[in-house]
Amino acid sequence: MSGHPGNPEPLSPRAKLAVTAGKAAAAVSRAAGRGSGSVIGGRVALKLDPDLLGRLAQHLDVVLVSATNGKTTTTRLIAEALRASGPVVSNALGANMPAGITSALAGGSDAKYGVIEVDEKYLAGVARDTTPKAIALLNLSRDQLDRAAETRMLAEKWREGLNGSKAVVIANADDPLIVWAASSSPNVVWVAVGQEWKDDAWSCPSCGGVLQRPGDDWFCGECGFRRPAPSWALSGDHVLDPHGSAWPIRLQLPGRANKANAATSAAVAAVFGVPPQVALERMYQVQAVAGRYDVVTFQDRQLRLLLAKNPAGWLETFSLIDQPPTPVILSVNARGADGTDTSWLWDVDYGRLAGHPIMVIGDRRLDLAVRLEVAGVDFRVCETLDEAVAMAPPGQIELIANYTAFQDVRRRVGN
Amino acid sequence: MSDSSLRVVWVYPDLLSTYGDQGNVLVVERRARQRGLSVERVDVRSDQPVPTSGDIYLVGGGEDRPQRLAAERLRRDGGLSRAASNGAIIFSVCAGYQILGHEFVNDLGAREPGLGLLDVTTVRGEGARCVGDVLADIDPHLGLPQLTGFENHQGVTHLGPTARPFARTVFGNGNGTGDGTEGAYNDTVFGTYMHGPVMARNPQIADLMLKLALDVNALPPTDDRWYEALRAERIAAASQPA
Repeated sequence: MSGHPGNPEPLSPRAKLAVTAGKAAAAVSRAAGRGSGSVIGGRVALKLDPDLLGRLAQHLDVVLVSATNGKTTTTRLIAEALRASGPVVSNALGANMPAGITSALAGGSDAKYGVIEVDEKYLAGVARDTTPKAIALLNLSRDQLDRAAETRMLAEKWREGLNGSKAVVIANADDPLIVWAASSSPNVVWVAVGQEWKDDAWSCPSCGGVLQRPGDDWFCGECGFRRPAPSWALSGDHVLDPHGSAWPIRLQLPGRANKANAATSAAVAAVFGVPPQVALERMYQVQAVAGRYDVVTFQDRQLRLLLAKNPAGWLETFSLIDQPPTPVILSVNARGADGTDTSWLWDVDYGRLAGHPIMVIGDRRLDLAVRLEVAGVDFRVCETLDEAVAMAPPGQIELIANYTAFQDVRRRVGN
Repeated sequence: MSDSSLRVVWVYPDLLSTYGDQGNVLVVERRARQRGLSVERVDVRSDQPVPTSGDIYLVGGGEDRPQRLAAERLRRDGGLSRAASNGAIIFSVCAGYQILGHEFVNDLGAREPGLGLLDVTTVRGEGARCVGDVLADIDPHLGLPQLTGFENHQGVTHLGPTARPFARTVFGNGNGTGDGTEGAYNDTVFGTYMHGPVMARNPQIADLMLKLALDVNALPPTDDRWYEALRAERIAAASQPA
């Protein structure tokens, strides 16, 4: 490790200038009403000092978090857990490419830990630049079909990037692609936290054979690649630690996927000497993450805001919503940040929403309408969020939206 | 039709189901049931034999490595080729379309033999990947309205003398050959680059497959208002690219 929180090596004059210039650019961007300014600030700073990210990270114990789903939430849970042991700096708002990460780290000069969410495509590079002490890998599945790399290629890049890394890799033993990515690393802590979505891992990542998946196990009948024995596991509402002790998970965040995120976070915290009990207690504080899971009052109804960006995310979200007759509003866009191909809607089993009153909104509500019509469930197409909410009786509403649709909803409800 | 129920075979969901083309199975199944037909859906994983007694076979798109694995296993198995010679209806998309041709370029850059069920050959395009909404006019012999879909491929597919172009593009690339052709077909085997999924945006293609499989000229009407609304929106969007 390179972090010496008590006695930080001072930043070079050039690095200091870069941080100052970055902060100035961020302030200008904020003043111009262009968002938080974190990305533009980071871009300016990195231009002045391309090694800045590495230099900022030098003073920290760094944890990287990457995945297709759950990285923002898990980053937040790990940050809360590690605060038990010292100040934390984190890109909590999800600006997860190098410029956003640089900007976030520049704002935490007195931190001991840097807990960093990293976009999947940038993981290998950021791991090289920041010499992390721990890397958490949660899951990989299809996302943004019109422009994303193949999931297996992504796993392969991670595998090459992590080969020989000194970091402890905390990796999900239940996702074959994650196991393939992590198993080149000399120091892996396997956590068994499940993955409901299985349709991107029927082929062996090693030899291409068909994976056999009896119960919770998986293995390749052809080359012998198989699920490693986990040392941590999620078991119902408990985390099992390597000593066999079961620690209750109490979260304000809903759903199985967040219990999985908490179990992984507890294993990460243990790397830094924070015991599971302490880590899990601190995670209870987390109520909403960048607006996700937040319950807002709008037109006398309580809307719970749920983000689901890809088939695996929708599947996990369906398993956490309240039973019928709780109304559900679905909103889907296909703008640049969402991916412009909506075909993925057909990989999601919308039949699971049968019995809920369903309202559909968003730029691509007609794609949703055809999807639901073919699934044989009843729905109403609405022009706006206001109209959809007005269709539901007073009470709770579950709202599930993909990326830009979620931002649209947050803007409308003032969240 | 082999017996009382229509057998719809979904080929290799473990390898060729990455781009939502499973929707074609769901649309065919739904529209058959709406006409009072009983449907048996058969999902065939790539370590299982492809049954030869299906009425309609659907083959979807997939990524480059799974595409090679699928071609290897379909050649070795032989079931899909036997079904084709029995006269089964086969509808394929993107990577699946390429596999049904004579050959394509695989993930290792080598020429990979296909099944030769369609008289087409695919090479890798030199230009930018073809990604986006497509609008095309379907071969008038088929009597179908305009084709709307979403393409996402690097392949360029050349048609031989016994394959007819499925459609002529109005917007978008289709086969990528620069001559405006999109997809290919013969009497019983169809291929297209269109995702969307294509049958969700063009339910009459699903109906055509049903008519061919059942050997009938017409089917009872269905309530298609949401399909029609989606079609109108996507056709307008393709005509006025952002």
